[in-house]
Amino acid sequence: MAAVAARELRDGEVVFVGIGLPNLACNLARATHAPNLVLIYESGAVGASPSRLPVSIGDPALVTGSLMVCGMADVFQLFLQNGQINVGFLGGAQVDRYGNINTTVIGRYERPTVRLPGSGGAAEIAVHAQRTLIVAKLNPRAFPERVDFVTSPGQQCGGRGRRELGMPGAGPVKVITDKGVLEADATTGEMVLAALYPGVTADDVQKGVGWPLTRRPRLGAIAPPSATELRLLRDVLDPKGLFLKSKGDGKTE
Amino acid sequence: MRDAVARFVHDGDTVVIEGFTHLICFAAGHEIIRQRRRDLTLARLTPDLIYDQMIAAGCARKLVFSWAGNPGVGSLHAFRRALEGKSAGGGGLEIEEYSHFGMVARFSAGAARLPFWPLRNYMGTDLPTANPRIRSVTCPYTGEVLATVPALNPGVTIVHAQRADAAGNTQMWGLLGVQQEAAFASARVIVVVEELVEEDVIRSDPNRTVIPGMIVSAVVVEPWGAHPSYAQGYYDRDNDFYVAWEGVSRDPDKLARYLEEFVYGVPDRAGYMNKQPHLAARLKAKARLSQGVNYGF
Repeated sequence: MAAVAARELRDGEVVFVGIGLPNLACNLARATHAPNLVLIYESGAVGASPSRLPVSIGDPALVTGSLMVCGMADVFQLFLQNGQINVGFLGGAQVDRYGNINTTVIGRYERPTVRLPGSGGAAEIAVHAQRTLIVAKLNPRAFPERVDFVTSPGQQCGGRGRRELGMPGAGPVKVITDKGVLEADATTGEMVLAALYPGVTADDVQKGVGWPLTRRPRLGAIAPPSATELRLLRDVLDPKGLFLKSKGDGKTE
Repeated sequence: MRDAVARFVHDGDTVVIEGFTHLICFAAGHEIIRQRRRDLTLARLTPDLIYDQMIAAGCARKLVFSWAGNPGVGSLHAFRRALEGKSAGGGGLEIEEYSHFGMVARFSAGAARLPFWPLRNYMGTDLPTANPRIRSVTCPYTGEVLATVPALNPGVTIVHAQRADAAGNTQMWGLLGVQQEAAFASARVIVVVEELVEEDVIRSDPNRTVIPGMIVSAVVVEPWGAHPSYAQGYYDRDNDFYVAWEGVSRDPDKLARYLEEFVYGVPDRAGYMNKQPHLAARLKAKARLSQGVNYGF
């Protein structure tokens, strides 16, 4: 997933980075095809160049050697709302048919079954980043037809599209999962199956999604991580396996 | 610290202990717990472990926040227990929830002494339904409908920083969070520092001053006062502690024992550090000096 996410980033882009897998993906992209990627963390580090894998979004290693460190009012106003962010990464407990994300509650807001952390910066990243990439593992509970709570808006909310709602960014263009990639349909905004990992069928993906998944007429085949990508991920970027967990079958997430 | 909290933090206050991952003043939170403050409205972007501890200790009536998790680890379980179905009504914690941008904007409005702050946000989200204090305004120039959040003006804001002089002129570097806005928005400001320095040191590098002495009510010198958070250039974040907190906060008995041993069981931060003599060696920062600039003319 980290390698697939990394390939989505173009050299020179400005990326609003989250912790965990997005952070790995961005640093992998920097080490391979996108050396001029600018990493911005909501904590205020701009052009960060972390010498160790940051454990949290406010890790001191994000400050040391970065291009700029600013307060959070500047992060959200001068960078995000200003339109400087090309790509934002988002994830969440639930992702629905239109790429709406829930990181707030499972169940009713007033009396939740599970209380999740909440928005953080996700709501505004979803509104403002020129495009967002959602990274989430497939599971029918994680991909319901409708999320219990819209924390971060996707392509369509309550039947209304992003432009109508006045959102500057294009929203989630892709959902990168552990079995394949969904893409937002240009007309309907629905997340449709676009590409598969090696050895995975469209039915395998459908099993992890809670709505009848539309499939592109011709599905793309995602190349497995190259030897270089694997070496960088395992030996350089996450040598302690903090975020990359081996699944015991020789595959790495 | 004991005197500053006794004098400036009152039952029922809105209390802000800010710091985004960096410079979170755990020492002040612990002192508030020891002095058994009650009915506090606790506000900050990321409640973090410190507010989880204060909620568990019974200090909080209400929580105002934008991301309530254990960064890089998982959940704040005292917070979750206070809200989730199985104990609803039991915890009785009231919440008022925003996004980070919303909280930042609230502090910006508070610091500028404006009643609200406009932002282009929240369209398509359920946040304004969950929190009716997120409203909107029509721009008088363009006609655009913008979201608004109300000013946040705390009774007391507690800021941890690397250094200050005796008058409270405070310098910090590394991640700045919303420390400056939160301080300017507040009626009272307690500054807690790793080091007290002479005014000359402050004057040698004025661009690094984030909070001027004129808005500071008290200066407390408390080395290691941010642990398990960190102070850039002084000590690293104690990530092991954050990971271990998952197990502690998940179990109310373990959490109570933690508070008994490390909060109620010590008189102050020096006592807390004395209990853990290995910490300093494990977390002390390596030197990475800036090149400095010429302020001459």
